[in-house]
Amino acid sequence: MRGKRGAPGKAPSFKKLRIPRKWNNLSSRLVLFVRRSPLHLILIVICIIWLIPTTGLLISSFRPRSLILTTGWWNAFTFPYRFTMENYLHVIQRANMGRSFFNSLMIAIPATVMPILVAAFTAYAFSWMRFPGRDTLFLIIIGLLVVPLQMTLIPILRLFNRLHLTGTFAGIWIAHTAYGLPFAIYLLRNFIGGIPEDLFESAFLDGASHFQIFYRMVLPISVPAIASLAIFQFMWVWNDLLVALIYLGGTPGVAPMTVTISNLVNSYGGGWEFLTSAAFISMILPLVVFFSLQRYFIRGILAGSIKG
Amino acid sequence: MIVASALLAVVAVFGVPAGLTLYIFLAEKAVSRLSSHRQKGVRPWLWVAPGLILLTVFLLYPVINTIIMSLMNKDSSRFVGLLNYLRIFTERDMLIVLRNNVLWLVFFTLVTVTLGLLIAVLSDRVKYESVAKALIFLPMAISFVAAGVIWKFMYEFKPKGTPQIGTVNAVLTTLFPSFEPQAWLFNPGINNWALIVVGIWMWTGFAMVIFSASIKGVPKEIVEAARIDGAKELQVFFRVTLPLIKPTIVVVTTTLIINVLKIFDIVYVMTNGILGTEVIANRMYKEMFNFLNFGMASALAVILLVAIIPVMLINIKRFGQRGGK
Repeated sequence: MRGKRGAPGKAPSFKKLRIPRKWNNLSSRLVLFVRRSPLHLILIVICIIWLIPTTGLLISSFRPRSLILTTGWWNAFTFPYRFTMENYLHVIQRANMGRSFFNSLMIAIPATVMPILVAAFTAYAFSWMRFPGRDTLFLIIIGLLVVPLQMTLIPILRLFNRLHLTGTFAGIWIAHTAYGLPFAIYLLRNFIGGIPEDLFESAFLDGASHFQIFYRMVLPISVPAIASLAIFQFMWVWNDLLVALIYLGGTPGVAPMTVTISNLVNSYGGGWEFLTSAAFISMILPLVVFFSLQRYFIRGILAGSIKG
Repeated sequence: MIVASALLAVVAVFGVPAGLTLYIFLAEKAVSRLSSHRQKGVRPWLWVAPGLILLTVFLLYPVINTIIMSLMNKDSSRFVGLLNYLRIFTERDMLIVLRNNVLWLVFFTLVTVTLGLLIAVLSDRVKYESVAKALIFLPMAISFVAAGVIWKFMYEFKPKGTPQIGTVNAVLTTLFPSFEPQAWLFNPGINNWALIVVGIWMWTGFAMVIFSASIKGVPKEIVEAARIDGAKELQVFFRVTLPLIKPTIVVVTTTLIINVLKIFDIVYVMTNGILGTEVIANRMYKEMFNFLNFGMASALAVILLVAIIPVMLINIKRFGQRGGK
């Protein structure tokens, strides 16, 4: 692959010089490497720049306050090499981060599970049933995909106030379920609509009902798409600040980590030892999900953009 | 309290799918009693009902309601016509808000698309492609809030002469000894740019992942043919690859525009909109909770929607084309 992508005209000229084979290989590689060094240089520099901010946060979160405030994080590996878990203990015990981690889970898990079946029902009907207005309705859903959430905040907040759903987990679950639906329906419709028609025909010939076809055939086949969807929705809800801020308001007992951290930023100002460790706690789960399920995550992104 | 809410979550996680299954089971049972002609008319609506009801209550109805509220006064008790909009387009601090959104829209989108494309093209040619891509994509996985903390720390400022603990000031003062350390988030000339950089850092990975997939989809034969014809790498890129991935560029650009118009968290966490950094979404939040001016907040939301409508139409058209095939 390297040879092809380098300069096709170069390799033969080395043979003419009658350089021993080994040398030929080595020197042409060297030439290739030097020729391509700007490429490597640019890419590696970009990667380093991209990595520095997160690295700085991670290292600082383990440094004692006195050192964070007087020396840069890059000095952590020079004298006096002092690291501590104190910051983490403090934010978990006293800055409500432990409780917030629990709350984030409490919000994100149901809000991820709830929209899946609702979206799958809708996507199934949109793909394999005929009814008047079907295409128009689907276009409206595509339109809703880009409606700014901000458009919905005030009416829904008023509705929630009347139903006493503000500041409750149930309220935010329903809100996230509904907000996630346009994308979920869109993604699943693309997938379920792509299942070969023959499968449905033979299932109907065998006398299967829609209920059976949906649960025994469509759902199992759609597992990869549902996995992408679930990861996407989970990350979205986990990282969300605005929806939580509005519908959970200032209730500390139900605040997820995003809300707690943004409060910490306001109250701690320069308390970097707490801010860095709190931020890292909120990143742990997304990073684990990202590195272990990267493929599904990226597939969800691609499904939402390229195929559409 | 904790136990009770945990129990409730368990009920939601298992109960909601079970309830939905029971619903569709009973609905199908009821439908099967109808004549086969009636079945065809009724069944689809039963399947789409849960989804459509949620979409109507949480998206469709609020959108209409917000548009109406934007024409009313503070507490929606009196009709004021276009007064809220008039204020947005004439008052000085509102114009700054709009200007900031335009800055974000133009520079964030331009830089993110260009950088994403550059990294996708470069990483396509090296052996450590997957590592490089994972590093660039990583910020996509974390929240804007965490990113805000990360970058606030990057931008941390100490007066000249004292050791800089913020990476940006430290690097610049080391490289250029005459450089004056900057309070990046508080200096009105640069703070918007400092915030936009954070957005770019987060979203470049998104653009890159999609471009990368698209570039891999360009047929190898076409690229090789161009190379055999003596085209230089840059020519191959601009004359062959770029035209072929143009539809993807449109998709990425529109997606970025949709997201950048709604930008909220970065500004909320890093500056809370002070010193000329406020954007529409932050102003809206303030109008809602600090000034309790629901008319103005709604008008700001409507402006977001209007700005997004062209993008929405592109989206719908794109889908229409695909559906036609």
